[in-house]
Amino acid sequence: MFADYAIKGMWDEFFKSPGIPHEHLGQIWKDLQRVSNQEYTRLHNEAVNTLVRSGITFLVYGDEQGSEKIMPFDLIPRILKAAEWAPIEKGLIQRITALNLFIDDLYHEQKILRDNIVPRQLILSSSTFRKECIGLDPPKGIWIHVTGTDLIRDNRGNFLVLEDNLRCPSGVSYVLENRDLVKRAFPTMFEHAGVLPVENYPDLLFDTLEYISARADRPRLAVLTPGVYNSAYFEHSFLARKMGIELVQGQDLVVEDDKVYVKTISGLEQVDGLYRRIDDDFLDPLVFRPDSYIGVPGLMEAYKKGNIGLANAPGTGIADDKAVYAYVPEIIRYYLQQDPILENVPTYLCDRESERDFVLQNLDKLVVKAVNESGGYGMLMGHQATKEQRDAFAEKIKKNPRMYIAQSVVELSQAPTYTPDGFQGRRVDLRPYVLYGKDIRIIPGGLTRVALKPGSLVVNSSQGGGSKDTWVLSC
Amino acid sequence: MLSRVAYSVYWMFRYLERAQNTVRFIDSDLSYYLDNPSLTGNVWHSLIAATGDKERFEELYTDYTRDQIIRFLMVDLDNQNSVLSCLSAARENARTIREIISSGMWEAINSLYLEIKTFQNITAQAIDPGYLCSTVLSGSYLITGLFYSTMNRSGAWHFARMGMLLERADKTSRILDVKYFVLLPESSLVGSSYDNIQWAALLKSVSGLEMYRKAYSKITPAEVIEFLIFNRDFPRSIRFCLSSCVESLVYLTNNPADNPRTPAQRNFNRLRNELETNEVHDVLAVGMHEYIDSLQSKMNHLDTLLYQEFFDPHKHTTEKGAFDGSNSQAQS
Repeated sequence: MFADYAIKGMWDEFFKSPGIPHEHLGQIWKDLQRVSNQEYTRLHNEAVNTLVRSGITFLVYGDEQGSEKIMPFDLIPRILKAAEWAPIEKGLIQRITALNLFIDDLYHEQKILRDNIVPRQLILSSSTFRKECIGLDPPKGIWIHVTGTDLIRDNRGNFLVLEDNLRCPSGVSYVLENRDLVKRAFPTMFEHAGVLPVENYPDLLFDTLEYISARADRPRLAVLTPGVYNSAYFEHSFLARKMGIELVQGQDLVVEDDKVYVKTISGLEQVDGLYRRIDDDFLDPLVFRPDSYIGVPGLMEAYKKGNIGLANAPGTGIADDKAVYAYVPEIIRYYLQQDPILENVPTYLCDRESERDFVLQNLDKLVVKAVNESGGYGMLMGHQATKEQRDAFAEKIKKNPRMYIAQSVVELSQAPTYTPDGFQGRRVDLRPYVLYGKDIRIIPGGLTRVALKPGSLVVNSSQGGGSKDTWVLSC
Repeated sequence: MLSRVAYSVYWMFRYLERAQNTVRFIDSDLSYYLDNPSLTGNVWHSLIAATGDKERFEELYTDYTRDQIIRFLMVDLDNQNSVLSCLSAARENARTIREIISSGMWEAINSLYLEIKTFQNITAQAIDPGYLCSTVLSGSYLITGLFYSTMNRSGAWHFARMGMLLERADKTSRILDVKYFVLLPESSLVGSSYDNIQWAALLKSVSGLEMYRKAYSKITPAEVIEFLIFNRDFPRSIRFCLSSCVESLVYLTNNPADNPRTPAQRNFNRLRNELETNEVHDVLAVGMHEYIDSLQSKMNHLDTLLYQEFFDPHKHTTEKGAFDGSNSQAQS
């Protein structure tokens, strides 16, 4: 099964050197070798059937028949030992604490701009800086209740932050579903390994929402979804079901006297907290985009009056701007007087003339990203692109430098992944989910996304990526 | 409970029941057709008439042949009342209320839809209707069984049951109307020769033959009418369906049945009372078709009243329809 397994200059999540696993994986290695190709195929098909039957699928856009696909996944877990996880957890708590202070500062005193740590122009020119949020005081001073930070691992095994994702990160339902599938497929291996549980995520999310809602005693909470055609709809209904709260659409809500009500069969009933999975742009047509029909007119006014809790608070996208990302290490030092525990990927801002020149001269070695895109869109992988593609990007950068950043290519780590020809290394990242309520809580591990195409460095599901269960071992 | 959720759960079960009824009609008529191949034309016409989609059929198809009928009724998505269309609509409604119904129910409706969908592109000749019918029936029995055994008896459950039973009452009345017309073209009951096999087929098409035999043993037209409209105990009789809806409204409105306070409750009670007191000769006095026609328009009115009282998202608000996701679902 591992006959053709190769490690070429990247960190391997499983093997120290070919055929020799990391120390903490000895038992799992023994268990894994007992799984034949045939047996794995059987387990994989069974898992696929489970997913199709339970409708854990997303709609493929532009297909008349509305064909539904399951998110590809790989049954072989990605495994971290406790000592690898601990600094990630610490580093994320530090980073989220600082980013929350940063957002709060930007919408109030703007000390960090006055002290010239972050250029004022960088913030004011960002489309994700919401003037409507200036002076806003979210409940308990928390803005970013749910974060899905993307981490990658360089060739020395160091974890680096790739993106912060402070708006509506999705994917946590796959963490829970993958865990379920893997437990069913490899019960013995799971039992031997001593894996920390993730199943309490919905409870933690519920506690977070309760903490920031507008009523202390038994608040009425709901998940706000754009609707059944949204590609993450499954997750919205999944979380509502697991938390035992209502799943609502904009049309189910109405604001009267700055209070938010849900339309029930016996009249209007007040809602106190929303886990909203609708972007700021579409949240309230009276404040943001007027053409949004999935939002709730008047929601922002109710929020300002303190009559509804929203997770995440509107306006957090400013700290998600990829140009602002470059300043996060400085932001951590500024607010916490600490050195960052998790490092950034080296990043060049095209807005700075010297760095722009460097980027333009080294396009064939860099990854260029548009600052407000996500999901792997608006990206140039310089070393894989054609000359025409690079030239086109160079033009875009010159025309609108503020809109682009560039990063060194990081050789993402690889993890053993099933292919019809046996196990092979495929690149992975890691998205832990951070909840900020009374405390900052992170379920151990998170979503490991895997680039299923050989050699590919892009793990996004919209670009042919899949996912794996992530195990954090108790020791 | 959200108005939208109530509306979706109600329609999910209406569609499921509709698929189930269509399949019963087909199943029963196919076996009848095997016994009486010479009468086929008539059978297929009445089958299409019973589903209420004669016009749509004639728009889409040229001949009343077995294959065309099977395709139209089973898997044609251009027919919004085909079994596949109904299962698809039931599933789409279920998807919007997944957090309300139990996981088992969702998996059952999803699996059933996926299975029937595989027949969509198969030629009609290659479709085994018997297999399709039994798959849909056992799939929907599974869903109904899960519905009765895994769901809290809360608002959602009562709306689901009302959707199921109003649809059932409607379909029982339709099949009776259509078949009665075929069976007794002179519309005189006494003295006309009737065919035992045909009446048996009618009872079979509402899964009622065995229960009828237990209650009355011998098949007579008057007793078949009584059984299908007025019987207190047969779960597909129109009276039974209405009585259960009355019970559900007591739960939903929190008003006792003898003191109705809303238009919906008053009208449901009225129709139920009518069905409790009327008898076969009341039907024959006005004529079967006229009687059924009036029943159906009353039931359509009940559906409208439910919408106004429970489902209409604007009933408690002053807002305009600009953000209305009005998704009025298909009446049959």
